[in-house]
Amino acid sequence: MGGRHLTDSSVAQDALISIPALLARNARKYGASTAYREKEFGIWQTWTWIEAAEEIRATALGLLNIGVEKGDYVALVGRNRPAHYMAMVAAQMVGAIPVPLYQDAVAEEMAYVLDHCGARFVICGDQEQVDKVIEVQETIHHIEHVIYNDKRGMRKYDHTNLNWLHDIQAEGRASHQRFDAELDKRIAEITYDDTCVMLYTSGTTGRPKGVVLSNRNIIEASKASSEFDHLRQDEQILAYLPMAWVGDFIFSVGQAYWNSFCVNCPERPETMYENLHEIGPTYFFAPPRYFEERITLLLIRMEDAGRLKKWLFDTFMAHAKTVGPKLLDGKPVGGWDRFKYWLGNIFIYGPVRNRAGMSHVRVAYTAGEAIGPEIFEFWRSLGINLKQLYGQTEASVFITNHPDHEVRSDTVGVPIPGVEIRIGDNGEVYYRSPGTFVEYYKNPESTASTKDAEGWVATGDAGFIEEATGHLRIIDRAKDVGKMADGSLFAPKYVENKLKFYPNILEAVVIGAGRDTCCAMINIDLTAVGNWAERNNIAYASYQELAAHPKVYAMVQEHIEEVNRSVAQDEMLSGCQIHRFLILHKELDADDGELTRTRKVRRAIIGEKFKDLVDALYDGSESIYTETEVTYEDGRKGKITATLEIRDAAVAQRVQHKMAAE
Amino acid sequence: MKDTIESYVTPDGRTIGGVLMEMKNITLRFGGVTAIKDISFDIREGEIRAIIGPNGAGKSSMLNVISGFYHPQEGEVWFRGDRRPPMKPYQVAQQGIARTFQNIALFEGMTVLDNVMTGRLTHMRAGMLAQALWKGRAEAEETENREKVEKIIDFLEIQSIRKTPVGRLPYGLKKRVELARALAAEPMLLLLDEPMAGMNVEEKEDMSRFVLDVNDEFGTTIALIEHDMGVVMDLSDRVVVMDYGKKIGDGTPDDVRNNQAVIDAYLGVSHD
Repeated sequence: MGGRHLTDSSVAQDALISIPALLARNARKYGASTAYREKEFGIWQTWTWIEAAEEIRATALGLLNIGVEKGDYVALVGRNRPAHYMAMVAAQMVGAIPVPLYQDAVAEEMAYVLDHCGARFVICGDQEQVDKVIEVQETIHHIEHVIYNDKRGMRKYDHTNLNWLHDIQAEGRASHQRFDAELDKRIAEITYDDTCVMLYTSGTTGRPKGVVLSNRNIIEASKASSEFDHLRQDEQILAYLPMAWVGDFIFSVGQAYWNSFCVNCPERPETMYENLHEIGPTYFFAPPRYFEERITLLLIRMEDAGRLKKWLFDTFMAHAKTVGPKLLDGKPVGGWDRFKYWLGNIFIYGPVRNRAGMSHVRVAYTAGEAIGPEIFEFWRSLGINLKQLYGQTEASVFITNHPDHEVRSDTVGVPIPGVEIRIGDNGEVYYRSPGTFVEYYKNPESTASTKDAEGWVATGDAGFIEEATGHLRIIDRAKDVGKMADGSLFAPKYVENKLKFYPNILEAVVIGAGRDTCCAMINIDLTAVGNWAERNNIAYASYQELAAHPKVYAMVQEHIEEVNRSVAQDEMLSGCQIHRFLILHKELDADDGELTRTRKVRRAIIGEKFKDLVDALYDGSESIYTETEVTYEDGRKGKITATLEIRDAAVAQRVQHKMAAE
Repeated sequence: MKDTIESYVTPDGRTIGGVLMEMKNITLRFGGVTAIKDISFDIREGEIRAIIGPNGAGKSSMLNVISGFYHPQEGEVWFRGDRRPPMKPYQVAQQGIARTFQNIALFEGMTVLDNVMTGRLTHMRAGMLAQALWKGRAEAEETENREKVEKIIDFLEIQSIRKTPVGRLPYGLKKRVELARALAAEPMLLLLDEPMAGMNVEEKEDMSRFVLDVNDEFGTTIALIEHDMGVVMDLSDRVVVMDYGKKIGDGTPDDVRNNQAVIDAYLGVSHD
C-alpha cells in the first residue's frame, strides 16, 4: 500500500519537471477553469487553461519559425499582461530561457543586461520598450529579432526584424505541420535541472547579477510554499509587481502553474487599486510600502470625515487593535469583546477591507523590507491574515514564513519545509534549500563568494533565531548594522521604520555609524503633507517649498521626538536617537540612483551625493546651501538648488546609561 | 470639384490624399468688423493642417466657419467634392467633422465615460423613448457604441479616470477627455482649437503624441489652431498664417518660417 503510493507520487513528480509540463497537466485536468484574466476595453477578458495552452503553443511554434534555438536567452520587457507571461512559457517550450527585465529601466541599464545575457530575441510590451531596444542596438549587435505586443504607434517602423506578437502566433499556427514534431521534441528534452528563468537582481551595490534558477528551484520552492500555506486551485491573485522581480515569477508563474490558479492582470498600472477592488484576490502580496500607503490614504480620508464617523472609526479601530490579532491567532477572546468586534466588522472593518480589495484574502504576504510593527498590526487587526515573508531571488523567494496562528511583526517566521538555516559568527543569516539558485550567470567569483561548496548561501542580513519559538528575527542588512563611536549598536533601519510609520514621512535616512550621535534626512509624503497644508490654508508651489515650510519642520520634529522617546525604551538601541535632522528638498528617486528599483535606500550613494548635507548635520550649522543633480523621466539632467534648515531634536534619557555600567 | 494634384507620401511614411475641404474666398463680417477677409486654402485628406497667427487674427473665426457655427457673407466652403450649403453645426457634425474647444466644453457633472459617450450621439439611431426604456435597438446600439468608446479610452490612456466626474479632473486631462469625445464621433475631419493652451511641457508632449497617433492610427485629417510655435512646426504638414483677417502665408513649416510677412507679423515691424 505504502509502496504503491510512493511509486504513484514519484511518477507524478517525474512528469512535472517544467513549466510547460505543468501547463499540459493544467490544460488536461483543469482545462475549463480560468488561467488568466486581464481587463481590456473596460471588460475582464479571460483565458481558460485550454485557451492559454493553445496560445502558448502557437507562440512557441512562431518562435521556432523565427529561429529560436535551444539555450537562447529571450529577454522580455513589459508590464504584467497575460500575453507576456504566456510568451515566457512559450520560450521555455522551445528550450530557451526567459529573461524578464524591469520595464522602467532606462536604455543604458537595459543595455547592460541585454549585453550580459547575449539575448538574440527581445519581446517588448509596447512602442516605448521597442524604442529603448532600438537605442540599445546602437551599441550591442547580437539582437536579431524584436517582437512587440501592443501595436500602437508601430506602423511606421522598419519591420525587417520586428514583428507583432500576434503575427508571430499566426505564423506559428500556419506552420504547425512543419514544426509540431520539433516542438514536441524540444519539450520532451527539458530536464529538471535545465534553467527555468534568469532574473537580474537590482542589487543595492554594483552591477546587476543574473541569477540562474532551474526548473527544480522554481518548482520545489513553489510546491513547498504552496503546501505551507495550503494554496488551492481556486486562488485568485493580482499580478501587478514588476515581472523582472523573482516574487512575481514565483507567484504568477511558479505557484500559479503548480496549483493551476488564476492570474489577474490590471488594465493599467494606474488602475491597480480599482482592479484589486474588482477582483478581490484570495492570495495577495505587496511590499511594506503598499500597506503603508493604503493606511496613509485611509487616515487622510478619515481626517475629512464627519464627527460621528470619525468617532466610530477611532473607537472600533482601538478595539480591533486589542482583539483582532488574538482572534486571528485563535487565542481565547471573551463574548462581549467578540460581539463588539462583530459590530466593528459591520461598521468599519468590513468596509475598509472591501475598499482595499482585501475582502476575500485568505493569506497575504509582505516582504522586501521590514514592515513597521504598527502597520503590520493595523492590517491584522482588521482580520487580514497578513504574514511576513523572508526571502531573496537566490532562494527562489522562500526562506522563512509565518505559520498560521504564529504571526508576529518582529519576526519573519520559521524556515519553510526543505529550507535549513544557520547563523554565521558575524550574525549573518545563511540558508540552504532546494530553491537555492544554480549560479550567477557568467560570474563565478560572485557565485563562489555567495554560495559555498556545501550549498550554503549568505543572505547579507544580520539576524538571530529565537530559542523559544524557532522564529528568525532580522535586525538589518549585515553591512548596515554598525557601531557608533561609543561602541553601542547602530541599526538605522530600525529607526527609519519607526519614522516611516507617520503618514507625513515617506522616507528617512538615518546616519550615525562611527559617530557620537545619530542624525536624519527626511522625505515628506506629498500626499499626506499636501492634504494637511490644504486644510491649514498653507500655500505652496512645489515640493521643495512645502518641505521647507517652518510648520512642516515643526511637525516632523514632533514625530522625531516621539520616535526618540520610543527608541530610548530599547536599551540595546537607545544610542540611535536622532539629535539633528533636515528635510530634503527633493524626493529620493531610483532614477537618480538614490533608491533601488525596488525602492530600497542606497546608503552609500546617498552618503556621497549629499555629503555636504551630512557634514552640515554634524558641524552644528543651522542651514546649508546645496545643489543637487536630478534626472528627469526622459533621461535629461538638471540641477535644483536649495537652502535647507537644520534643526535639533530633543533626545530622551537613555534607559540604561553607559556611565552607570562603569 | 476634383483635385488636380496627386496624393503623395510624407517623409515619415504617411499618405496624404486629395483635397478634403476647400475654403474659397471666405469673407466673414460682424457688423462693421471684418474678421476674415477673402481667404482661400484647402485641407487635404490625412494631413495635419495648422492655422496660426497673432491674437485677433481670425483663427477661431475660421475654425467656426469650418464647423458651421458662423456663416460667411462671401465665399464658398467645399467638402468632399461638393459645395456645402449653409448648415447648422449638428448637420456639419453628421457630415463627419468633430471639434474640441478652446475653453473646454465638457459636462462637468458627468463621468468621463458618459462625456465620451455623448460623442457617439450622431451615430445613434434609436429614438428617445427606446433609449429611455432600454429596449430593443437601443440596448444593442449602446453596447456597440460603448465598445467603440472603450477603444478610444484605451487609445488615449484614460482608463483610470473612466468613472471620475469630469469636474474633478485637472486641466490637462480634461483636454484629453475632450479629444476623446471628438474622436468618439469617428470624424473624417477633426478640428482642434488650441489643444495645448495652458499646458506644461510634459502635458504638451503627451498631447502632441496623441495628435500624431490619432492621425496615424485612424487616418483622421486634423486642422488645428495653436499658439506654441514649436508644437505647430513639429506637428503639421502645412500651415496657414493669418494676420488681421488676411492670409499672409501658406505652405510647409519651413516655407512659413522663412516667409518675411510672417516674421513681420510675429515680431512686429515699424510703420514709418
